[in-house]
Amino acid sequence: MSRFGRFRQPSVIPGFGLTFGFTLAYFSLIILVPLVALVLRSAGLGWNGFWAAALDPRVLASLRTSFVTALIAAGINVVFGTLIAWVLVRYRFPGRRIFDAMVDLPFALPTAVAGIALTAIYAPNGIVGQFAAQLGWRIAYTPIGITIAMIFIGLPFVVRTIQPILEETSKEVEEASATLGANRFQTISRVLLPSLAPAIMTGFALAFARAVGEYGSVIFIAGNIPFVSEIAPLLIVIRLEEFNYAGAAVIATVMLAISFVMLFVINLIQAWSRRRYGYGS
Amino acid sequence: MAAKSHARRQTSPTNEPLYVRWLLVIVGLLFMALFIVLPVVAVFSEALRQGIGVYFQSLMQPDALSAIRLTLLVAVIAVPLNVVFGVAASWAIAKFEFKGKAFLTTLIDLPFSVSPVISGLVYVLLFGSGSVLGPWLRSYNIEILFAVPGIVLATIFVTFPFVARELIPLMQDQGSGDEEAALSLGASGWQTFWRVTLPNIKWGLLYGVLLCNARAMGEFGAVAVVSGKIRGQTTTMPLQVEMFYNEYQSTAAFALASLLALLALVTLVLKTALEWRFGDELAATGRGH
Repeated sequence: MSRFGRFRQPSVIPGFGLTFGFTLAYFSLIILVPLVALVLRSAGLGWNGFWAAALDPRVLASLRTSFVTALIAAGINVVFGTLIAWVLVRYRFPGRRIFDAMVDLPFALPTAVAGIALTAIYAPNGIVGQFAAQLGWRIAYTPIGITIAMIFIGLPFVVRTIQPILEETSKEVEEASATLGANRFQTISRVLLPSLAPAIMTGFALAFARAVGEYGSVIFIAGNIPFVSEIAPLLIVIRLEEFNYAGAAVIATVMLAISFVMLFVINLIQAWSRRRYGYGS
Repeated sequence: MAAKSHARRQTSPTNEPLYVRWLLVIVGLLFMALFIVLPVVAVFSEALRQGIGVYFQSLMQPDALSAIRLTLLVAVIAVPLNVVFGVAASWAIAKFEFKGKAFLTTLIDLPFSVSPVISGLVYVLLFGSGSVLGPWLRSYNIEILFAVPGIVLATIFVTFPFVARELIPLMQDQGSGDEEAALSLGASGWQTFWRVTLPNIKWGLLYGVLLCNARAMGEFGAVAVVSGKIRGQTTTMPLQVEMFYNEYQSTAAFALASLLALLALVTLVLKTALEWRFGDELAATGRGH
């Protein structure tokens, strides 16, 4: 215990050594050591080997597919997620609490279940897909299908990030704005939206990060055609099935690096928002 | 949002006109119906397409039954381990001040920002044939990959933060006053935990367990990578859904999927009930995931 004495403040509560030690040991065993093994394996290829594997045209195409579809899905989610959060917080209508609870469904529904269900709906003979087929559109088995799966899994991140902030915004600010002669549109676009901006950006980043790594709900609807509708996580699985472990590790390392940058950006947005608006989302 | 420019006709200056309100409600609900409600409806309608008899027959297949058994087994191991971790981590983080606390809290959320496929891959690289540990494990006949231990490990990885991220803000809000009182009255550390802390956090703990369990039973990507998909041995429910689906056994796939969808709905109902009934005793943050 004396070893910890230097870096922690004294307290009458017992159990710091036990709980802190267990936390660190469990975290190291389950998360840290395996992640280090991943980075070491891709580093084992050497500088040139790593970049040769990372810049392989099929790898680049799959990363592009993942990032472009995730970006579009997160963009759509920001628009509709903000609207849904607004409607749920500001308006009273029958079934509001049920819809509010349903927002979390994509968190609770296993991704494989969502994947086959979305495919059944958007396939050319599905309930929505057949109408699209009549118009000559294909949704399932194209990047559009990937985007739809990513919209499904990302929506709650946006709604649940914006909702609490919107609940806390007091009506007085809007009243003040109206008193000073702003019309409703000006109040919303110049007063409300700027104060929601950090939450919207955080929601966007969270939905985007989740969509980039998503596997289960995407692979059924994607069609998985190399260079067209093959996402990066699927290419990792394919590399593993080819016993190209180092190749899989390289793609994973690139994706990890990007998601850590995303995590860093999210933390920056929240720190900035705390400084500017006095809350973190 | 452009519709909001019709502000002249409104009655109150801080409200949108009625038709704008209804328009926004309808657009929002249609979006949710299309993207969130419809998939769940599709699962049940596809599962029951050939009648209730075929539905139960597909669930009684040996493959389906063994998948259900394995999923329950994995959850029974993974969830309690993450509960112990979650309680220990939140005790250390919420009751003490030490250097690097914020960093440790961020690290706990790390698995959420890792793709599920990568969560499985790390164990393949750690225990697989090309690794340092692989040959050593094989010499002792210890099977981790393509066996139940690997599936449990991958599940623990992806469900790692759930309990901790619910308990940490809750216990930070509650402070240490109750525990200090109990200790000063002569209770031991364990007595304090079981009789004071645990009753204080029980609803938050249940909330975390619910979310952790839903994810543990439904995890697909991470488990798919480590399982090897040996029929009847290492296929969990989501993996068996994929197998049935790829073999064009659509009804069987959706029947098994409907059980998972049911689990999701029950989780959602219980979670919502907890939020409505014990909202004050849950953490204000940490909703979601």
